Amino acid sequence: MNFDMPNFLPAMPEMFVLGMTSLILIIDLFLNERTRVVSYLLAQATLVGAFILSLSLYSGNAELSFSDTFVLDPMAGVLKMAVYATVFMVFLYSHSYLRERGLFRGEFFVLALFGVLGMMVLISAHSFLTIYLGLELMSLALYAMVAMQRDSRTASEAAMKYFILGAMASAMLLYGMSMLYGVTGTLELTELSRAVQQTQGDRLLLVFGLVFLLVGVAFKLGAVPFHMWVPDVYHGAPTAVTLFISTAPKLAGFAMLMRLMVDGLPGLQPQWHDILVLLAVLSIGVGNVVAIAQTNIKRMLAYSGISHAGFLLLGVLSGTPEGYAAGMFYAIVYTIMGLGGFGMVILMSRAGFEAEQLEDYKGLNQRSPWFALMMLFIMFSMAGVPPFIGFWAKLAVLQAVVSANLMWLAAVAVIFSVIGAFFYLRVIKLMYFDQAREQGSLKPGADLAVVLSANAIGILALGAFPGALMALCLQAMGA
Amino acid sequence: MIALSDYLTVGAILFGLSMAGVFINRKNVIILLMCIELMLLAVNINFIAFSYFLGDSAGQVFVFFILTVAAAEAAIGLAILVVLFRNRRTINVAELDSLKG
Repeated sequence: MNFDMPNFLPAMPEMFVLGMTSLILIIDLFLNERTRVVSYLLAQATLVGAFILSLSLYSGNAELSFSDTFVLDPMAGVLKMAVYATVFMVFLYSHSYLRERGLFRGEFFVLALFGVLGMMVLISAHSFLTIYLGLELMSLALYAMVAMQRDSRTASEAAMKYFILGAMASAMLLYGMSMLYGVTGTLELTELSRAVQQTQGDRLLLVFGLVFLLVGVAFKLGAVPFHMWVPDVYHGAPTAVTLFISTAPKLAGFAMLMRLMVDGLPGLQPQWHDILVLLAVLSIGVGNVVAIAQTNIKRMLAYSGISHAGFLLLGVLSGTPEGYAAGMFYAIVYTIMGLGGFGMVILMSRAGFEAEQLEDYKGLNQRSPWFALMMLFIMFSMAGVPPFIGFWAKLAVLQAVVSANLMWLAAVAVIFSVIGAFFYLRVIKLMYFDQAREQGSLKPGADLAVVLSANAIGILALGAFPGALMALCLQAMGA
Repeated sequence: MIALSDYLTVGAILFGLSMAGVFINRKNVIILLMCIELMLLAVNINFIAFSYFLGDSAGQVFVFFILTVAAAEAAIGLAILVVLFRNRRTINVAELDSLKG
C-alpha cells in the first residue's frame, strides 16, 4: 500500500491557526494578570496572519487535497476571510467587557481560536468526515465558552441546554450520514452526488438520511423548529460569548448547508427544496412574531437572528448560483449587523450592570445622541430599511425567490418582515421618545466607541455601495 | 447469518430509545448524557454494519473518529455538569428553568 504525500498548501491557514493557537495556549501559562494582554494581541495577530494567508491562496478555481476530503474553492476563501474579520471584531468588542468581569483569561482566546479552526475545517470540508470533525471542533469550543463564567447560574444552565441539544443534533446528523453512506457507499461529496444521481427506483432511504442531515444543519443555523436553544443560550451566556456565537458560526453553518446540499446532494434538490421552504417560512414567522413579546434585548436579538436564518435559507432554496450568492451575501451581512447589535449591548454594559433589558435603552438619545444614532443605523438595517445594507440583503434573497417562481413565499417573507419591523422600531422609539431611567451621559471606553462607530457606519457605507460585496459573493459562487 | 437489516434494526431501536430517553427523562442530567452516548453508539452500529456489507473500510475509520469525538464530548459535558451543580446544588432537569421569556 503506497502513501501519497497530500498537498498541504490549501490547508496552510488551518495549520497556521492550529500552530498559533497551541502556542498561545502554552505562552498563556507564563502570563499573569498584567501581561495577559499578550494572549489577546497574539490571538489578533493569528487572525490577521490567517487572513493574509487565505487572501494569498485565493483563486478562482477549486483545489482538492487530503484524499479529496478537503477543498479550497472561492466560496471557502471568502467565507474564511469573513470569519477572521468577524472574530477580529468580536475580540475588539470583548476586550474591556471581559476585563471588567474577571473573564479576561487566555482560555477565552484559545477556545475562540479553536472554534475558528473548526469553522475553517467545516467551511473547507469535502467529505462527511471533515464536516463532522469541523462541526464538533467548533461546537465543543462553543459549549465551553458559554460555561466560562463559572459563578453564573444562568451561564451554566445555558451551557447545559446548549450542550444537550447540540450533541443531540450532531447525533442526528451522524445518523443521516450513516444512512447516506449505506446507500451510496461513499463519504466523499463529489462521489456521493454521482452515486445519488445513479440511484434508480427507491429513494426512500436517501430522503430518510437527508431529513436527518437537515435537522442537524437547521439546529446549527437556529432555524425553527430547532431553535429552542437560541434564546436561552444568547440570554444566559456572557454577552461577549453571545457576540461570538451569534455571528461567526452562522457563516460556518451556511457553508455546511451549501456543502451538504449543493455539493453533496444536488440529486435530491426537489426534496431538500421543500424541506427548506418549510424551515424558512417557520423561522421567518416564529422569529419575527415571538420577538415582539420579548423584554430582554438579548432574547429579542436571538429571535431576530432566527428570522434572519430563515431569510438565509430563502437564498439557498432557490437552487441557482445567484440564489446561493444571495444567501452568502445575507450570511455575511447578518454577521455584520449581529456584531453591531450585540456590540451595542456590550457598550451599554459596565461592571456589575448588564444592559439586557429593553428598558435600559430608554432615553438613550438624551444620554448619548451619537450612540443612539449608531443603534438607529443597526436597527434600521436589521429591519431592512433602505439605504442600509440589511435592505440589499433582503432584496437579494427575495429576488432569488421570485426568480424561482415562488411568489407566495416572497409575499410571506415580506409580510413577516413588516411585522418584524415593529420590534426594531420599538427600540428606536424607546431611545428617542422616552425618558431616560438613569441620568448621566454614557461614557464607553475609547476602543469600544471607535469599533462600534466603525461597525455602524460600515453598515451605512455598505448600504450605499453594496455592489462590491455582492460581486464578490457572485464570483465565489461562480454565477 | 445475520442480515444487514437486523443490524440496522438494532441501530434504529437504540437510537429511538436514546431519543425517547432525552425527551422523557425529567430527573437527572447524567441520564441525558448517557442517552447522548447511546445515540452515537447506535450510529456506530450502522456505520460498521454498512462498512462490512459494502466491503468498504471508510465507515470503520469514521467510527474511530466518532468514538474519539464522543470521548471529548463526554469530558466537556461532565465539566459543564460540575459547574452546574456547584452553582445550583441540583442536577434535576425539571429545575433548569431560570431562562424563560
